[in-house]
Amino acid sequence: MADVNRGNRPLSPHITIYRPQWTSMTSILTRITGNALIVAALMTVWWFVAAATGPEAYAVANGFITSWFGDLVMILSVWALWYHSLAGIRHLIWDAGYMLDVEKGERLGQGAIVLATVLTIVTAIVV
Amino acid sequence: MAYMTDRKRAEGLGSAKSGTRHHWQMMISSVALIVLVPLFVFTFGAALGGTWEQTVIYYSRPFPVIVAALTILVAMLHFRGGVQVLIEDYTRGAARRWTIIGAICVSYALAAAGLFAVIGLAL
Repeated sequence: MADVNRGNRPLSPHITIYRPQWTSMTSILTRITGNALIVAALMTVWWFVAAATGPEAYAVANGFITSWFGDLVMILSVWALWYHSLAGIRHLIWDAGYMLDVEKGERLGQGAIVLATVLTIVTAIVV
Repeated sequence: MAYMTDRKRAEGLGSAKSGTRHHWQMMISSVALIVLVPLFVFTFGAALGGTWEQTVIYYSRPFPVIVAALTILVAMLHFRGGVQVLIEDYTRGAARRWTIIGAICVSYALAAAGLFAVIGLAL
């Protein structure tokens, strides 16, 4: 009995066998955004290190981040940051024991996507 | 194959018993980041794109410096916990171990580099 399937047990993502749902998709998106933000973190730390190094290094880092490619990465990262923050608040609400039924969970997820988009537009205007 | 009972094989393969601590640390860092992230986005955003002289003056003030230092530190600790769970879910064995060690080292390195740079700018 115990020798069955030894060492070849399934890992977590059984994504391929499930029908996409708001709850699963917003959960996966939370993970993707959180981990993808390492790119923005690298660029931001580079910017600070360059600023501490001197004007030439700063010009290179600042130029890259404010180039069209840097802008694209940063605007996507801003959306990811707002979405991940709102999704984190959703988890804190759930941890406190509220809004745990499917319909409210779906509403929270949809709300996070809409609000993250609004906040990204606000950030783009302000910054 | 050595004689092993099913029970002997199963022993020690259960919960690591550190999940509660991990979850609690993620909760603390996430609550801190709810406050820090908006402050950082709009202070860093104000400095981004400016000349070097403007940035040096901006990051000589205590408030943006404290916000940046705290955000970098707490965000990297939060990333350390999150990326570990990501790796644990999709890899196994030696690959899992080395990827976790590597990812945690990256988060520590970014935290150290970021803190050093922000403090260097401030002084």
